[in-house]
Order: sequence, then structure tokens, then C-alpha cells
Amino acid sequence: MAHADTVIDDTVFHLEDDHGHAESGSSTMLGFWIYLMSDCLIFAMLFAVYGVLGGNYAAGPAPKDLFDLPLVALNTTMLLLSSITYGFAMLEMAKGRVKPMQVWLVITGLFGLAFLSIELYEFAHFIHEGATPQRSGFLSSFFTLVGTHGLHVTFGLIWLVVLMVQVSRHGLIAANQRRLMCLSMFWHFLDVIWIGVFTFVYLMGMLR
Amino acid sequence: MSRLRTLFLLPLLASLGSCSMVVMNPAGDVAAQQRDLLMVSTALMLIVIIPVMALTIFFAWRYRQSNREARYEPDWDHSTHLELVIWAVPLLIIICLGAVTWMGTHLLDPYRPIGRVAAGKPLPPDVRPLEVEVVALDWKWLFIYPDYGVAMVNELAAPVDRPISFRITSASVMNSFYIPALAGQIYAMPGMETRLHAVINKSGDYEGFSANYSGAGFSGMRFAFHGLDDAGFQAWIAKAKDGGGKLDRNGYLELEQPSENQPVRHYAAVDADLYKAILNMCVEPGKMCMSEMSQIDAKGGLGMAGIRNTLPLLYDKFARRGTIFGPAPSYVASICTTEEALAASKADQSVTPMTSTPIVGAGLQRPPPLSIRLPSPSATGTLRSPFNS
Amino acid sequence: MFDNPALLKAIFGRLTLESLPLHEPIVVATFVVVALGGIALVGALTYFKLWGYLWREWFTSVDHKRIGVMYIVLGIVMLLRGFSDAIMMRLQQAMAFGGSEGYLNSHHYDQIFTAHGVIMIFFVAMPLVTGLMNFVVPLQIGARDVSFPFLNNFSFWMTVGGAVIVMMSLFVGEFARTGWLAYPPLSGIGYSPDVGVDYYIWALQVAGVGTLLSGVNLVCTIVKMRAPGMTMMRMPIFTWTALCTNVLIVAAFPVLTAVLALLALDRYVGTNFFTNDFGGNPMMYVNLIWIWGHPEVYILILPAFGIFSEVTSAFCGKRLFGYTSMVYATIVITILSYLVWLHHFFTMGSGASVNSFFGITTMIISIPTGAKIFNWLFTMYRGRIRFELPMMWTVAFMLTFVVGGMTGVLLAVPPADFVLHNSLFLVAHFHNVIIGGVLFGLFAGISYWFPKAFGFRLDPFWGKMSFWFWVVGFWFAFMPLYILGLMGVTRRLRTFEDPSLQIWFIIAAFGAFLILLGILSFLIQIFVSVRRREQLRDDTGDPWDGRTLEWATSSPPPAYNFAFTPVVHDLDAWTDMKNRGYQRPLTGFRDIHMPRNTGAGVVLAGLSVVLAMALIWYIWWLAIVSFVALIGYAIAHTFNYDRDFHIPSSDVTRVEDERTRLLAATSQAG
Repeated sequence: MAHADTVIDDTVFHLEDDHGHAESGSSTMLGFWIYLMSDCLIFAMLFAVYGVLGGNYAAGPAPKDLFDLPLVALNTTMLLLSSITYGFAMLEMAKGRVKPMQVWLVITGLFGLAFLSIELYEFAHFIHEGATPQRSGFLSSFFTLVGTHGLHVTFGLIWLVVLMVQVSRHGLIAANQRRLMCLSMFWHFLDVIWIGVFTFVYLMGMLR
Repeated sequence: MSRLRTLFLLPLLASLGSCSMVVMNPAGDVAAQQRDLLMVSTALMLIVIIPVMALTIFFAWRYRQSNREARYEPDWDHSTHLELVIWAVPLLIIICLGAVTWMGTHLLDPYRPIGRVAAGKPLPPDVRPLEVEVVALDWKWLFIYPDYGVAMVNELAAPVDRPISFRITSASVMNSFYIPALAGQIYAMPGMETRLHAVINKSGDYEGFSANYSGAGFSGMRFAFHGLDDAGFQAWIAKAKDGGGKLDRNGYLELEQPSENQPVRHYAAVDADLYKAILNMCVEPGKMCMSEMSQIDAKGGLGMAGIRNTLPLLYDKFARRGTIFGPAPSYVASICTTEEALAASKADQSVTPMTSTPIVGAGLQRPPPLSIRLPSPSATGTLRSPFNS
Repeated sequence: MFDNPALLKAIFGRLTLESLPLHEPIVVATFVVVALGGIALVGALTYFKLWGYLWREWFTSVDHKRIGVMYIVLGIVMLLRGFSDAIMMRLQQAMAFGGSEGYLNSHHYDQIFTAHGVIMIFFVAMPLVTGLMNFVVPLQIGARDVSFPFLNNFSFWMTVGGAVIVMMSLFVGEFARTGWLAYPPLSGIGYSPDVGVDYYIWALQVAGVGTLLSGVNLVCTIVKMRAPGMTMMRMPIFTWTALCTNVLIVAAFPVLTAVLALLALDRYVGTNFFTNDFGGNPMMYVNLIWIWGHPEVYILILPAFGIFSEVTSAFCGKRLFGYTSMVYATIVITILSYLVWLHHFFTMGSGASVNSFFGITTMIISIPTGAKIFNWLFTMYRGRIRFELPMMWTVAFMLTFVVGGMTGVLLAVPPADFVLHNSLFLVAHFHNVIIGGVLFGLFAGISYWFPKAFGFRLDPFWGKMSFWFWVVGFWFAFMPLYILGLMGVTRRLRTFEDPSLQIWFIIAAFGAFLILLGILSFLIQIFVSVRRREQLRDDTGDPWDGRTLEWATSSPPPAYNFAFTPVVHDLDAWTDMKNRGYQRPLTGFRDIHMPRNTGAGVVLAGLSVVLAMALIWYIWWLAIVSFVALIGYAIAHTFNYDRDFHIPSSDVTRVEDERTRLLAATSQAG
């Protein structure tokens, strides 16, 4: 840890009372944040690719032929609600109450699962109609952008289950709290990305 | 360190002795201007490079440990004046170089019709540029002279002092069209058209090649470029008209198959729309042209009806098409015939004339308008970079 | 059973006996040599019973110093492979004149230049740079380790995994024949249907994970773990450049990951990102890959700049001139490196205004770079320069690099680039900056910090041999390429027609031969140094009269680096401590909390390699199994909460007492 700003006696060249080094919590949060930013860049790339290819329908269907806004709105609601319930779980964690926290995590997971199911239904529907990722540059970039987000949600769900098991085994020890905080950042991050997807892909697609 | 210094001089000495440096000694006005820019930039940079190298050697020698006479100031680590100089000098040079770059880049933009034949030799008012359509194939070059209706493989000729206007595309992968004696290179890309304007000032035989690696036969992707006087050029065209057959679509599809180290070939006649069809990637019968596709896309696609408007690919020039998890190889079927599509894109073109003259900076003279066929990059389904302004 | 093609395909995917290049004598000979060498190495390790030692003390180590050393070993091993490719190319180009096909067919030659580029950048330069940063940064900032020691081990093994995948391509199947950036459509499935591009994609993806995580790790380390008193503006300049480099890594490598993933989708699923048909756009790939590719250049060169700064200041016995402007120059370069990517393809026809913009931003980078050169120059001014090996590399760098910088600015002038793009002039330029900048810097760094890592110096005689062979060899190898570029010769050509070019290629091949001697001298230098280690030993921990904190501890440093966390009052912290009569504490040592070694990194990286191989060869069952195993093992690893331990104070006291004894002995002898 850097005590960079503290004023130090000019003649002291080493710290006597050293807490040594351990995997300190604040480092983990910073590290995970930096990782999230790099992940954010991957999404930025996919958005850019969608921006370039989004109009290349290859004489096939355009967004307004495919997208079903009410369904997507429902989907968005699921994910936003899951973010709120995760927030409730974190509030319970702060109070140190394991049981209610686990309940909120279960609810979060269910919302996440609902989100994924709706998305998979949407994809299956498109592919059944013939609007496969291979049909045009637009569909390639659409499936990849939305699908990458979906993969992240899937990964988040697996992580959520693992953490619930770990909490039930070891309780809310510091390591588990840290992990829950990381997942919390991850989960809200996915929410932010989804708002981008909803706006730029779905809403603006309908306007195109 | 002295050994290093002599080594550094080696290329300079060599450049004095050798005449075969085509980049330093080109035969076309555009390449010559590019060479001049190269020299000016080098000179500008040497203003700072030479003192730095000299000072490095001098300081290294002067402040060596065994030289106890040199001053030693272990704590001297700052001087505002010096800092100012070491930031200002490169800055000033880059400002000069930046100005030169801005002007040079606009003046020598390959899309810009040339403004003069050579230094001190303005363009005659009635001159028509020679139109040449260039197609990079695997692994040879096809040159079509639309005004003369002839085509060549791996051979190109142009009359001396007459502007040449190249339209360049590729049939398969990226290549770069480069004749060092004539002008700088420009990429040849499938489904896209790039332009190059140049002029050759000295008659002679020059070499052209692909300057972007394109696969197994890349090394053999060379062609001869002849600078001829007017009579010689007419004779050359006549010779081409004499021998050789007609290059139609089927002939082209055969020519397009990958082949290496191809000899020169002449075609006395060529399908009028062949280049457009290649550019729009619809030489194969029944395939939708890029221009048609981009017009449809601009209007919002063909909707759900268009989804299954694809046909299995019969014509196959590659080792393999299609991916392990993808569907069978296919292409988008055309709605109208290729001719109709191309005609439509042409009609569209005449409605929205665009000037290819780039934005001119203050103080740069606009070249006299001379291009006969106004190109319209947006309407032909051709693209420049998506990041283009 | 074995005559059922469908079954064989289900089991082995597209891997067949024909995939083994048994008909290529050069590859077979190489394989025999590598196999014999490998067997000899394995045999020796077994005979001397070193496997257990290596596994416990190195492979599973989470100690940043050991991981740093392993990175450097990886880089040197891969340098041998990358250089063999180079010398094969030089031979081919020196031979293939006047109708001669040389000795390599295009199938082989095209793989070689692709592999050369990929290996030199990703598996030589990157591991060497990362290795030095890993070793030096925590020591320089007075930390006991990096922020995430296990992650560090995992990152290293992922990098090794990528290197293993590239090496496999030599003997099983083939490598990409596309050039090192694999531009589509050439790298698409239609034009490159074989496994080569898949090897390329998965090797870079696996190694990329490692690079990205190590970037995250080092940024976090530098931001969070600096010793008390070390404000940002008191950070050693190498740490500054490491910070900027790792910020660049974090900000650039995701782009590479994304673009390669899209290329993989095009190749596996048939999407249309970079295809010619169906609305794909190959130019987008070129843009995206260079948005990663240009910062990558600065990822490599910035740490080298940092090394030169440290070396210049240490061997001139003088504070670095213009520290503040050096820091700002580094930051400016970091930011500008994102605004120049288009200069790699002016010839795509983006229009004059776009080209001028990117040309001018490129030139602007030369301003802070020039300021840096001047700063080193004025550090030498009124210094007392000791021409030890690191300083020799630095002076050679300053003389070489300015030429490369000049040709770089030339190439940034778009009309000049139109005549020089893709020519051998360009090849000479980037070798001029990468060898003359990055590699010279790495050699300076290796000879500078070697005594810190091992407790003895490198043998100076063989070091000087290596130095002169490298420097002279470099000029011989690349000056002819500048000339050839001006003669209009383009890169990646396999055969030539004009016989007047041949002499230049022969000179270049001679230069490559000199560089070969330079590499051999370097290896001999290490061998000789190990044998003469008693004469070369340094017990003080500070052989060069160093100025930064890494020289404050013993050589090699103990596992915990510093018994007590140092407190910093000045930029050159160790010089400050020495000047003000710092007394090393001799008593009062405490338990030190340290992370525990783990084999999880090796296992995870191994599974990643299996997964990659399965994907390359279309062995789907294996891909599924290894992917599930990868995820399962990673999850299982998170159930292990017991990841650290304490070094008891008695052990610390023993180690520190030993150092006290050695220091006393040296000061008496001296």
C-alpha cells in the first residue's frame, strides 16, 4: 500500500511496524476494475464493428424486419431487476446477514436466467426464420455483440452459483466479501453494456 | 564508435554511386515529386539528427571516466533553457515538416487528377487522360483499356507525357499496385475501387509489381510497364488488336483461377462491362452485384423475403469455401440481370455528379478540371475507407 | 476400426498422418535436431534429479523474480527459433536470383516470414520486456511482490502456452502463410483453408490472455504497492515506463482479442465480418488490428527507454537530466500511440485529409521521443561515464535509433510512404527501431540487472564480443535493405529477377551471419559467466553503484525482497540512502506474510493448450472435454482459501545475518 501522501520523518529509511504483504482487498478491487475496463474495450470494439457493418444487410432483412421491441423490453427489465436485487444482496452482506443475502442472490440468478432464456429464444427464432449470423454482415455483428454479452451473463451466473456455495461453506469471510464485491461490479457492468446494446442496437435499429 | 560512423556513411556513398535506385531516380512526374518530398524531409530531419549523433559521440568520449579533466556535476539535472531548446527544436522541425506533409499529401493524393505533365510543363488544355482499369488477380495483373477495347495480362503501356487515370480493384485478396518509376502505390482491394493518377515522362521499359503480399504466387506477380511515344503507343495498341481473342465473362472466369508466373497475354476485345462486373463481384452469372446490393441495403434491405434469396455456390475457384459450422457456401442471387444492375448504377451516377478533386487547402491551386468520366465512389458500390471523411 | 473414415474423423478431426510434414526434409531435419536436443535436456534434468527442484522452486513459483527470470529464458529460447527463421529468409533471398528458386518453396517460405514476425514480437520481445518489468518493478518500488502473485504465474504459463502452440505448428501441420498480421481475405477460410491461420489465432489468443492479465497485475502493483514516500514523481523512470506500457497493454490487447475472435468466427462459423461477400469488410480488420498494433510498438519500446534512462544515470554517476520532462514525454507518447494507427496503410486510399492527419500525429510522437534522446545526452554531459556493457548498449542505441527514428518520420509523410510502403526500406526501418531500440535496450537491461538476479556479473569479454557482433551485424544486415527499398524492392518476395540486387542481399545475409555470432556470443557469455561465477561474484548487492531501490537489497534478493519496507525521500532513493549514511537494520525482524506456490497456473495453461489444439484440428470431443476441465479446474481452484503463509522471523533473521556477514567480508576485502 502506498502511503505516498503522508508526511514522513526525513531520517527514517524503513518501516519498523510492517504489516507485510497480503492479497489486500483494495488491490483486488482496483485490479478487477482495470480488468473490467479492458473487457469494456472488447465491447467497444464489437459496438464499433456493429457500427460499421450494421447497415450491410446483403439484400436480406434489416433490424426493423426482425426485432420485437416488447420482447426486448421485457428482457431489459429482467436484467435491470437482477441488478437491483444484486444491490439488495450487497446491502444484506454489509449487514452481515447471510440468509437474506443468499435469497437475494437466488432471485438475482433467476432474473439472470430469465434474461438468458429470452435471449436464447430470440436467437432461436431468428435462426429459424433464416436470419442466421452467416446471412449478412449486419447479422454477424448483431449476433456477436449480443451473444458476447449473453456469454458474459452466463459466466456471471456460474460465478454466482459458485459464490453462493462458497458463502454457505465459509460464511461472509473477507475473501468471500471481496469476491461478492467483484461479481457485483461485473454484474452492474453487464447492465451498463446492455443499456448500450438496447439503445444502439435495438432502439436505433428500429429507427434506421 | 568510429566504425559505426563509417557504416552510417555507407548508404550515402552507395546512393551516390548507384543509378539503379528507381525511387530516387524515377521517370514519372508524380514519383519525382514524391522523391523530392523524401529529400526535403530527410534534409529537415538531418538538422537535428546530425548534431545529436555528433554530440553523442563527443559526450561519450569527453566525459569518459578516465578523463579526469572533464567537469563532473553529479547533481546537475535540470536547466530550463536547455529543456526549452530540446522541446522547441524538434517541435519547430515538425511544424515545418507537418506543413510540407499537409501540402504534399493533398497535392500528391492519388485520387487527384494531376495538374502538370512535369516541372515547368503545364497540362495542355485539350488533353484527355488515358483510362486504364487494373484488376489484381491471383497472381497476375489484368489491364483493360476501355477507350481502345483491349486488355492485357501482365503488360501495360502508356504514351509519354499523357496523364494516366487508373481505376484499380482486385478479384480476390488485397494487393498493391506499384510502378516505382511512375508513381507511388495504392492498394487493390476486392469489391472496392481505388484511383491513381500519374504521368510518365521518359520512354523506356519499367517494372511494376504487387507490393502487398497476396499468397503463394506473389513473387511472380510482376508486369512490364512501357513508356512509349504516341506512335509507339498506337502501334502497341494495334498489335494488341491484331493478335489475341476476346475476353468475355467466361474467359475471365477462367483467367481468374489462381496461376503463377503468367506470360504476357493480349486480348483484342473485351466485354464492355467486364471491369464493372469484376469490381461489383458479379461476373458469375446470377450473382447479385455489389452496387445493386448496396442500393437495396441503403433502402433498408429486402426484408424477410430476402432472407432465402441465396443460391448454392457452383462456381468455386478456391481450395475450399464454407466453414466447418457454417452453412453450405452460397451467394446472394441477383434480382435483375447484371447488365440491368450495372446500367442502373450508371444511371444513378449521372444524377449525382461528384468531384474527385480533394479538398484543397488555402494556397493550393485547384487543378484544371479534366476528367471526362466523373467518378462517384458512393454510387457505384465502391467504397473507400469506412473511416473516410 | 481404423479403416472407418467417419470414426477417425470424429476422433482425430482433420489431423491425419499427412498433417505431419514428413515430406519436407528441412522440417524433418529440424524436428530431429529439436527432438534430440529435447531428449538430451529431459535426460539431463532427469539424471541430475532436477525435475522436483524445477517444479517446486520455479514452475509453481509465484515469486515475481523467478517468474521474471523464466519469462526471459522463454524469450531467449524463442529468439533462437525466430532467428533461425530470419537466417533462412536471408539465405533464400540471397540465393533466389536469375531463375533460381532458392531452396525454399513458397509453401515453406511464406510460413517462415509469418512465423518470424509473430515469434519475434509475441514470443521474444514481449516475454523479454514483461520479464524485466516483472523482475525489476516490485524491487524498484520497494514491494515484496506484485499485487496478484498467482495471476502472475498463470500469465507466464499462458505466454508459454502460446509459444508451445506456435512451436507445435512447425511439426504438426503448418503455420499461417499470411504475413504476421494475417490480413483477410487472405487469412479467411477461402484462401487459407488449412490449419495455419488457426494456429496463429489460438496461439495469440492464449498468449494474449497472459499478456493482458500481467498488464492488469503490474498496473495495480505500481499504483497500489509503492513504498511509503514514493510519490508518482519520485518513481524511478523504468517504473514509469513500465506503468505506461502496462496501461497500453490493458488498453490495446482487448482489441487484438476481439479482432482475432471475429476472424475465428469468420473461419469457424462462417460469419461475414471480414469477407468479400455478404456485406463483410476486410478493411475493418486492417484498421482494428493496427489499433492494437501501433500501441504494441510502444509497449515494446517504452520499457527499453526506461532501461536506457536507468543505465545512463547509473553509469554516468549522475541524476537523470530532465526527469519531469522524461515522465511527460512518456505519457505523451502513451496517449499519442493511439492516434496514429492509420499510418500503416496510407496506401489504402483514405483521402488526403485523413492521411495528413495521421501522418502529422505520427510526426508529433517524434517530439517527445527526441526530447528523451536529448535528456540522455545531457545526462551524459558533465557525467563520469563508465563504459560497462549496459552503457555501451546505450550509446549504440542512441546512434542507431536516431536513424530508425528518422526513417520512421520519412515513412510518416504519406506521399513518401506511397513509394516506400511495404518495401524493404520499411523492413529496414522497423528492424532499425526494434533491434536498435528494443533489443539493444533488453540486452542493456539484462546485463545491468543480471547481477541482481543471480549474485554475479556477466562475463564482460563475451559480452563485448556479443555487443560488437550485434551492432556491426545489424548495420550490415539492414543498411542494404534501406538501399534495396530505394531500389523499389518490396518485402516478402521469394524470388528476384534483377541480378544487380543480389550483392545487397548477400551483404544482408553476411550481416545476419554476424548477428548469429552475436547471439552465440551471448549464449557463451551466460555459460562462461556461470562457470566463472566465483570470480564474478558480487556480495554487495550493488555492483554498479546503482541509484534505485533494487540495489538496496542483496543479490539475489531474498524471497521477501526487503526485510523492512523501505521509506523513500528522493527520486534516486538508494543514492539518497547511501549519501545520508543509511544503516541497514540488523535486528528486530518480524514474520513476513507471503503467497504460497501453486501448480494451478501450469495446469490451467496446459488445458488451454489442449483446448487450442483441439480447436485447431477440429477435434470437438477433446475441445469440449478440455474446456469443461478448464472451467472446472478454475472453479475448484477458487475453493482453495489457504493461499499464503508466513516466513518466520527466525528465517528472516538467518538470511539477513548471512548478508551482514557477507557485507562485512566485502568491506574488509575492499
